[in-house]
Amino acid sequence: MFDILSFIPRAIVQGVPLLLGSTGETLTEKSGNLNLGIPGVMYVGAIGGVIGAFFYEQSLPSPEAIVPALAVLIPLLCSLLGSLLMGLLYCFLTVTLRANQNVTGLALTTFGVGIGNFFGGSLIKLAGADVPSLALSATSGYFSKSLPVSSAFGKLFLSYGFLAYLAVIIALAASYILNHTRTGLHLRAVGESPSTADAAGINVNRYKYVATCTGSMIAGLGGLYYVMDYASGVWSNNGFGDRGWLAIALVIFTIWRPNVGVLSSFLFGGLYILHMYIPSGMNLAVKELYKMIPYVVTIVVLIITSMRNKRENQPPAALGLAYFREER
Amino acid sequence: MDNKTAAVKMRNITKTFGPVVANDKVWLDIYRGEILALLGENGSGKTTLMNMLSGIYFPDEGEITIDGKEVVIRSPKDAFDLGIGMIHQHFKLVDVLTAAENIVLGLEGKLDLKAAAEKIRSICDAYGFEVDPNQKIYDMSVSQKQTVEIVKVLYRGADILILDEPTAVLTPQETDKLFAVLRNMRDDGKAIVIITHKMHEVEELSDRVAILRHGQFIGDMPTKKTNAQEMTNMMVGHAVTLNIDRPEPKDARPRIEVKNLTVRSIDGILKLDGVSFTANSGEILGIAGISGCGQKELLESIAGLQPVESGSIEYIEDDGRREQLIGKDPLSIAQMGVALSFVPEDRLGMGLVANMDLADNMMLRSYRRGKSFFTDRKSPKQLAEDVVRRLDVNTPGISTPVRRLSGGNVQKVLVGREISSAPTVLLTAYAVRGLDIHSSYTIYDLINKQKAAGVAVLFVGEDLDVLLELSDRILVLCGGKVSGIVPGRGAKKRDVGMMMTKLGGDRQHA
Repeated sequence: MFDILSFIPRAIVQGVPLLLGSTGETLTEKSGNLNLGIPGVMYVGAIGGVIGAFFYEQSLPSPEAIVPALAVLIPLLCSLLGSLLMGLLYCFLTVTLRANQNVTGLALTTFGVGIGNFFGGSLIKLAGADVPSLALSATSGYFSKSLPVSSAFGKLFLSYGFLAYLAVIIALAASYILNHTRTGLHLRAVGESPSTADAAGINVNRYKYVATCTGSMIAGLGGLYYVMDYASGVWSNNGFGDRGWLAIALVIFTIWRPNVGVLSSFLFGGLYILHMYIPSGMNLAVKELYKMIPYVVTIVVLIITSMRNKRENQPPAALGLAYFREER
Repeated sequence: MDNKTAAVKMRNITKTFGPVVANDKVWLDIYRGEILALLGENGSGKTTLMNMLSGIYFPDEGEITIDGKEVVIRSPKDAFDLGIGMIHQHFKLVDVLTAAENIVLGLEGKLDLKAAAEKIRSICDAYGFEVDPNQKIYDMSVSQKQTVEIVKVLYRGADILILDEPTAVLTPQETDKLFAVLRNMRDDGKAIVIITHKMHEVEELSDRVAILRHGQFIGDMPTKKTNAQEMTNMMVGHAVTLNIDRPEPKDARPRIEVKNLTVRSIDGILKLDGVSFTANSGEILGIAGISGCGQKELLESIAGLQPVESGSIEYIEDDGRREQLIGKDPLSIAQMGVALSFVPEDRLGMGLVANMDLADNMMLRSYRRGKSFFTDRKSPKQLAEDVVRRLDVNTPGISTPVRRLSGGNVQKVLVGREISSAPTVLLTAYAVRGLDIHSSYTIYDLINKQKAAGVAVLFVGEDLDVLLELSDRILVLCGGKVSGIVPGRGAKKRDVGMMMTKLGGDRQHA
């Protein structure tokens, strides 16, 4: 029997990292930067939080001395700093030096995962644990704290840590900013036609930097949520899986609309874990087929939006292109 | 006495791009209440000069004063603040945004599109524009987009307007409308600079002309005191004749026979409807019509690039053998000697690869030749050098990427390559689009040489005056139908113009 009441909350917690990742990537892409380094950025966001939490926990004389505000703020700031540095690196390479965005992005993904595994491995050694993972349950407890309501309604809507609600708020705010403010209008113009934006007096490079770095920090929060809330503070190398790529697929799925991303990310989260809920017996091959569903859905969406050929549903026209004013 | 003070004074302006000197110590004065025509051949630095005024480029040397005050224009925003607005040749508009959104782009303050729409309407009423603030740019015609551009600079309170070849993409009617608006603005006390190649427009519209040649300022004078011949001589640097040759066709024989050609676009719109005509060898068949009346589809059907719904296109050999072109692939049609040179609105869209150099672009036509596994790189290089020399292409060398050349030079490369393939049929569309007068005449000359060599030339043009002077016969298209075929000699501009807008013109009244 398909247990919908337990499936939906699990789909949502799976969806939150995707939502943060795709909101960040959407903002980035709206500025014309195709940041394929998002998996790496999210990974660095996660390890940043872990490093912060680890050293905070280590510095405590006893587990009882933990201060809730610091337990949340230190990992949060470390995570933001890590993903901000990744965003800055990407911008410096692609905007200032005008390097190829695809190559830079892919390099950052490899780089970010490598950094994460390096520090992750080092911390595991420092902690001297006998399993290849690191448990930060004390700080993690503050990230996953939710209201103690046990009705069906509470289970569906109130059983998540604060980052989940923050993710939805960020997505809706990003959507509002993009569509209803001057900043959003300018950002869209930069992504569609940087030379037009430039001629209109918009500082193209500044918009690209700010959007990409903000996007990276939002995406990094996705990594933080994954490790501190979803994984209950347990870090193991490569545990993050392919969620970063899924977040990029989600950007296409939502046709570059963060507000659509809220429900779509939960849908993707559901599809991502669907294989655990559908009895497939011992046949592992069928399970693997179910795991493909999110990607198949993305391809279907690509086909449909391409066939509809509506201009508003296309990626930003200058996506992936470097801009140089005196080039012609 | 001269009661006007210069709104803009540019002094000793120099700008270089690498080894290329685009502007060399240029002086220019712009006055309010006056329309200044800025003339010069392609690559003479007109656009560069104006780009420095609008903040796109920054001058290497020289000073700019606005209303007597020396200013530094570092960015387009600085230019707006000084009341300078430029309408670029390639529109600076974001396709997926609405007219209003494009117009307020880059401004500060709270985003209030309703108030913006109000202000846009009031500007439109004041000068006689028609703009729907909520229409998306991709839904607009070229002339509507241009209107949005003009409203955009007025919205910012610009009183010094620069228009870079505004009429290059407009129909004669749209041009008249634009000129009326420009005169309105001049009478309103605005300073207007217009860059154009069309002499009759300069004479019709401008109060004063300023001339640049090879990046240097040659001189300026009131339009009334000069004429097309003198202005052309100043632009080119030596005397040129402004008459287009039209030798009698020799030994004209049917070469291409088109019967009842019907073509539909992918969206199912009828583009050509029962078109029939014969093109003769050694003859120029001019094709006139308002843009988008099927000219492109006609040439592309002959070249095999366009699926045909019904009808026939026959190629007639010298010995009278006939061959059906419909159903053949473009490659075998090209091998029969049918060459197509189509210059699209953006010039680069068809036929040339922007990032490849001149020699490689020549090779796009010839790479299949030769039996060796390796391509022959020598002859394209020679051809490139030949084209550069004969057509006087302004380029640092043949290994320069085409995208770095100015628009007119790009076109010379394209037309030069097509002509060099020694075709028996030459299909050319908008061959002189955006070209200066000197280069245009070089192209007319080349086409006439092809005609003398017995080539059947189909010449799609937008400038009716040229069509009337160059063509042996003129086929007039109107909404995809043949409105009439008239002999070029003795045809009246007015009659052809009528046939362009109405099937058969006003024959019924005659």
